Amino acid sequence: MSDTALATAATAAELEPVGEDSPRGAAVLRELLRKPRFVLSALAILVIALMAAFPRLFTATDPTVCDLKLSKGAPSAAHWFGYDIQGCDYYANVIYGARPSVLVSVSVCVVGFAVACVLGMLAGYFPGFVDSLVSRTADVLFALPGLVAMIVILQAFSSRSVWTIAFVIVLLGWPAGMRLMRSTVLSVRTREYVLASRALGAGAQHILRVHILPNSVAPLLAMTTLTVGAAVGTEAALTFLGIGLQPPTISWGLQIAIAASYRDDVHLFLFPALLLTITVMAFMITGDTVRDALDPKLKR
Amino acid sequence: MLRFALRRLLIMIPIAVIVTFLVYAMVFALPGDPIRALSGQKPLAESVIAAKRAYYHLNDPLFVQYLHFMGNLLKGDLGQTFDGQDIGEQLALRWPVTLQLGLTALAIQLVLGLVSGVYAGWRRDGLVDRALLGATLGVLAVPGLVAMFFAQSFFAVELSWFPVSGATDGWPGSYLLPATVLGVLGFAGLARVTRTSIAEVASADFVRTARAKGLAPNRILWGHVLRNAMLPVITYIGLDLAGILGGAIITEGIYNLNGIGQFMFRSIAMKEGGVVVTLSTVLLLGYMLVNLVVDLLYGLLDPRVRHV
Repeated sequence: MSDTALATAATAAELEPVGEDSPRGAAVLRELLRKPRFVLSALAILVIALMAAFPRLFTATDPTVCDLKLSKGAPSAAHWFGYDIQGCDYYANVIYGARPSVLVSVSVCVVGFAVACVLGMLAGYFPGFVDSLVSRTADVLFALPGLVAMIVILQAFSSRSVWTIAFVIVLLGWPAGMRLMRSTVLSVRTREYVLASRALGAGAQHILRVHILPNSVAPLLAMTTLTVGAAVGTEAALTFLGIGLQPPTISWGLQIAIAASYRDDVHLFLFPALLLTITVMAFMITGDTVRDALDPKLKR
Repeated sequence: MLRFALRRLLIMIPIAVIVTFLVYAMVFALPGDPIRALSGQKPLAESVIAAKRAYYHLNDPLFVQYLHFMGNLLKGDLGQTFDGQDIGEQLALRWPVTLQLGLTALAIQLVLGLVSGVYAGWRRDGLVDRALLGATLGVLAVPGLVAMFFAQSFFAVELSWFPVSGATDGWPGSYLLPATVLGVLGFAGLARVTRTSIAEVASADFVRTARAKGLAPNRILWGHVLRNAMLPVITYIGLDLAGILGGAIITEGIYNLNGIGQFMFRSIAMKEGGVVVTLSTVLLLGYMLVNLVVDLLYGLLDPRVRHV
């Protein structure tokens, strides 16, 4: 997770501030829709989102109806993905496994973006006490070894849900986005139009909302789209370590963790791993193309 | 510059105290009783429990426990785990495993990332550049967990090129596969940062001037571009070092290497506050030192960066 976040931070930091709802917004979207890479990955995300919201669209089988006689059964024409160790239809299980991954990634993305955006604006716009408070807290959190801190915090919960995991990822992840937002706000707040607005007597709230936010949000937006995929991977890793989601929740991370003990039945590992990879890849490619479209410097 | 380094070293002390206390408090807040957990189904005699609790200062308030711990730490005594092993000895056994894994992975990552990144950035939009962008996107998109399992199943179980798990073959045999997976996973980010940075510097005015003066392309790359493009790359490597232990926990778990990562994971589960805090402190100090070195390198690479 940290790797991608760093790479994103490094490249996203070079972004020019772009107005979110400036006329460029529509142009960016039109440019994106012309790229097959973007269209394909966005379609994949759409399908996975549908899978998470309405698993019944994809399978009529109940994933919890199982027959132990069929345990670890190999894939067949009637049961494409075979059976898991409990003898449940694996295709239905893998389909139902989309929901936790999508919930974690979407909530981490939305909440993490909001937290980083607000704190970054405050820290960048109000130097002194507010900046010190936010930035030093971020320093401390940044210095904690990420996965270790997640493990320690998650141990404290006796039962862990999708929300617990999303909470921990956001709690330890916001400093990266906050720093990026803060640095762009720092450069925007001395622009002429901000000074002019202040000279005309505008209040801090007005300046932040009307001038600072639209002109400094693009890099953070680009970075967030790239971290969505990483959140999915983190959820799977935590679950694999035994401190993420727990049965009877159905999730790809759990399926991979169980498959680790049954190496001879390749299909147990293959299908959840495949869907997990496709999901992460779709989010990454979408994020990558969005960032390219937002960044005039990298345009070919 | 010396004053800058000294001041940064001094700031480390309060941050280290806050972070170690935070970690200590977090481990202390974990549910369950570590002494009772020792004996499983058959409960220990009350007198034994009382003696153990007193020995580990478990009846004292959190803050007093923390002071005991820090006092011993400053004397160089890391204490014992709850099942009576000397923490210092345990660490001495395990550091080499993690260091060999981490350093091998880092070497692979640096060679792959820097070479491909510099080449792709210098010949921007060339074949290598396009291939690199595609390949790194692919690498970034594969979750580490999946990549490690796949590599283990394919290269170790199917092809038996490498041992499946454990560290009995020593270096390099046992470490090559996990380190390569870690290194390749890490290379993507580094290659991209290097590529972007080189490409950006290559289009700077002073490079155009050098070209106009007729300087050989190689002299421009080695003498002008590389040095100026290294700042973000070094920042990235510095931050990345910190991420290696996070990777180590999962890698050591999958490949059953008995290193710091596994020790840490088990210690958290067993509420071994002492071990967790000691390891976190070492990691934290390492992280801050690396950051300091990175900042000092800035000044060496780019005279415009002044440390006051």
